[in-house]
Amino acid sequence: MIIKDTVCPFCGCLCDDIEVTVEDGKIVATDNACTLGTSKFLGDHRMKSPIRRVGKEWKEISYDEAIDYTVDMLLDADRPLLYGWSGTHGEAQCVGVHMAELLKGVIDNTSSVCHGPSILAIQEVGHPGCTLGQVKNRADIIIYWGCNPIDAHPRHLSRYTRYANGFFLENSFRDRKVIVVDVRKSQTTNLADEFVQIKPGCDYAVLSALRAIVRGKGDDLPRTVGGVQREQLFRIVDLCKKAKFGAVYFGLGLTMTAGKYKNIRNAIELVDELNRHTKFTISAMRGHYNVYGSNEVNTWMTGYPFGIDFSRGIAFYNPGETTAVDILARKECDACLIVASDPAAHFPRPCIEHLAEIPVVQIDPYANATTAFCDVQIPVGITGIDAAGTAYRMDGVPIRTKKVLETAYPSDEEILGSVYARIQEVRQP
Amino acid sequence: MSEILIKNAYVIDPISGVNGETMDIAIRDGRIVEDVGGGAEVIDARGALTLPGGIDSHTHICGTKVNFGRYMSPEDMRAGRTARHGYMHATSGYSVPTTYGNSYRYSRMGYTTLLEGAMAPLEARHTHEEFLYTPLQDTMANALFDGNWSILEAIRDGDTKRVAAIIGWFLTAVKGFAVKLTNPGGTEAWGWGKDVTCIHNPVPNFEVSPSEIITAVVKANEMLRLPHSVHLHCNNLGKPGNYTCTMGTLGLIPDLNKKRQTLYATHVQFHSYGGSGWSDFCSKSEPVANVVNMRPQIVIDMGQVMFGKTTTMTADGPMEFNLYRLHHDKWSNHDVELETGSGIIPVLYRRKNLVNAVMWAIGLELGLLVKDPWQCIMATDNPNGAPFVRYPEVIALLMSKKYRDEEFATVHPDTESRVPLPAIEREMDWYEIAVMTRAAQAKALGIVDIGKGHLGVGAEADVAIYPVRADEVDPAVDYRKVIEAFGKTEYTIKRGRVVSRRGECLVDGNNTTIWVKPKISEEYNMANDPDFIAKFDRYYTVRMSNYPVQDEYLKRNLCIETEAEL
Repeated sequence: MIIKDTVCPFCGCLCDDIEVTVEDGKIVATDNACTLGTSKFLGDHRMKSPIRRVGKEWKEISYDEAIDYTVDMLLDADRPLLYGWSGTHGEAQCVGVHMAELLKGVIDNTSSVCHGPSILAIQEVGHPGCTLGQVKNRADIIIYWGCNPIDAHPRHLSRYTRYANGFFLENSFRDRKVIVVDVRKSQTTNLADEFVQIKPGCDYAVLSALRAIVRGKGDDLPRTVGGVQREQLFRIVDLCKKAKFGAVYFGLGLTMTAGKYKNIRNAIELVDELNRHTKFTISAMRGHYNVYGSNEVNTWMTGYPFGIDFSRGIAFYNPGETTAVDILARKECDACLIVASDPAAHFPRPCIEHLAEIPVVQIDPYANATTAFCDVQIPVGITGIDAAGTAYRMDGVPIRTKKVLETAYPSDEEILGSVYARIQEVRQP
Repeated sequence: MSEILIKNAYVIDPISGVNGETMDIAIRDGRIVEDVGGGAEVIDARGALTLPGGIDSHTHICGTKVNFGRYMSPEDMRAGRTARHGYMHATSGYSVPTTYGNSYRYSRMGYTTLLEGAMAPLEARHTHEEFLYTPLQDTMANALFDGNWSILEAIRDGDTKRVAAIIGWFLTAVKGFAVKLTNPGGTEAWGWGKDVTCIHNPVPNFEVSPSEIITAVVKANEMLRLPHSVHLHCNNLGKPGNYTCTMGTLGLIPDLNKKRQTLYATHVQFHSYGGSGWSDFCSKSEPVANVVNMRPQIVIDMGQVMFGKTTTMTADGPMEFNLYRLHHDKWSNHDVELETGSGIIPVLYRRKNLVNAVMWAIGLELGLLVKDPWQCIMATDNPNGAPFVRYPEVIALLMSKKYRDEEFATVHPDTESRVPLPAIEREMDWYEIAVMTRAAQAKALGIVDIGKGHLGVGAEADVAIYPVRADEVDPAVDYRKVIEAFGKTEYTIKRGRVVSRRGECLVDGNNTTIWVKPKISEEYNMANDPDFIAKFDRYYTVRMSNYPVQDEYLKRNLCIETEAEL
């Protein structure tokens, strides 16, 4: 059986044109998907049942036992942390927020170690953006800054930019200019019309130089800025100002390098400046397929996109204090529920050491680095494969992922819903 | 079976022709009935003012840009925090509250039905998701068609039936309630960083003008026999001298519908400006109100501005950028492919700022100069003119010349030479306020027949009991009591359940989403139209099969099916 227009639950591109071939209850082939998406659809070695650590051994337990453990752990905690969320559907994220509120816990998602700084910049200066189709149909100049979509978002170029023909661009490859800004050559820089190689840590200076040129103050610039020749900077500004529609896409190369949120702020203000000359937009290359959804859900339910502390009943947000890394590094957290992410693979060592000290439950279809630090792991259906649910694309467009396989795995929403219902029995007035 | 008997209610119910009668109201299973049995729960209203549940026919509460207003504004979230309490979840936000914040605060003010003013069809799922977390009001959404490529092309080709067919397909697909045009043509032009200046300025690349868009879509709307009329945000919002554009737009509209208006023009305050620039900026509420007075086919809402901080958000992307260039705070923009745009900036309206003071006056003038309250609805374009929690003050200003004069004494001294407000003596009475806050909305939205906006037998039992004796309090003098009363009901009853009591929300509600589905012949079914399908295949970034909002997003819902003339 071939299922058309399936939604790929891998990256923030959320491609919804995948053809999935299912035979004997297994996915045997995909069409249109990139290698990352294909590997997810064809993934194997799923965990069979919940497991619990007993001494140095793993013991298989039932879903009911796993839920009991989770409920007891959360009810017993003074400062529970509910972390992850970017790899699951919005319906499960909603349950998570309700649960954090009732437990007076902290809820945080992977943005806090990813595009969190981009969000802080947006909270200072706003975000001139657009949907991906607007870029596909209109943009005659694309700037990729500090990202390598060929590796991380493989179909971004073919669906939305370099190779995507649009309404006003009949021959995209000829009619669009692509500028790539990075500290080193990559597969993406090879496709650029213009490669701007900057010295590591100099993004802020280069952005400031570009802003100065746009504002007519370029004469004051030195011969090179951040390793980039003055002439090239002028050429880029000239290209941008002559463009009918420009789009900047940035990645963690800008967000997580020296300057952090200040880099993003500077980039947004450059785009703001360019809008006084032509049309320009800027957007983050979001990683997990539904990390943007976790920001959206948290925001409509609590007012804040990540790092929310309910310990005083209200929703309190102070990144650097109420974010997962900080709560763990300060050893405040005394129980942790991890959903659809892998902090052990990404967090600083002191945080992981603390995770090893406290009870941890992980809800995830696969064993991963975090498995080694948890006491119970509960395997679930994979959203977009054996569970349906809402995901928000990197540009904010919500798409319903499909269930293409019938399996016995419960969805994240079902597991979390059972845990929440049990907590409600104890905590609800 | 649940029964409630409200005794000794001082009822004003304009649609049923009740103006200040002390009576009992019987409720069974969510509907108003003739009488109930002896076992009914009795609520003694003790002569308090009792109205049908409030209806907001133009507010921004749910969806992509509303949520982005929250996302970019932690300072606004901090400005309105409440802790989890009883059945009430924690809330955040002042001008753009979280969904629960919106729902609880509207409920304590007696509101039971809300229309989200602008939903981009591509992002409709988001609006519906937030509706699910707005538990205490029935909800519906205007779908945006101002820059829809398929529609612009059909208008260029002079094919109004095709315009209607396309609108019908989208409304059904996105579970929308009504047709919204925001700066028609301007949002498409904004795709190139441009705008249209008025109704006869052509849209780049599509060879149509805003006036052609408006007239065609108005006709198409009537072909689809939709409950609501076209809901229009005129071109040129916020610019000095824009009143001529507004009057020209209103002049385009024929009278096509016997039951309701043919055009709902929203937040008309922002479109009633005189002057050639900011230095001679002045009110043109009088000529605009006169046009409305002469044209029963028009209904407007005020778009009242109140002084203080708020967040502006609209599909009108170019307008927000212009406003940003005046305010220099922060700016977000979000164009939506093939459909529309949007923008957000925070704003502080100051009483000592002449332009802001004139804006404040214009909204009130429209309310007072439009003779028939059924033609001028009380709203602030929440949160653009002010957050909805300011409604009680707006109501009091309409009811009390004394209050207006006291406020006027505090605004920029030159305001007096720019506005007619000080010369207007009219003071609204309770009946007119009941019209302007629920009955006119129900009629304008076309939802009287489904039991909204009135308390007649068979109506939905949505009731607001305000702690004020309307037969004893003189609102012109005791305007403070008016503000207090409309700020917090004694009881808000939604579908026959007490959902809010003295500001405390008592239940975890379950709203109804109201949407429309025009029945269209196979010939005009766009799902089979090759050109229409090609738009999805070639230009949208979401597949046509994934585009419609799935049933999973509508929990409790009411679909109004119409027999389209197609």
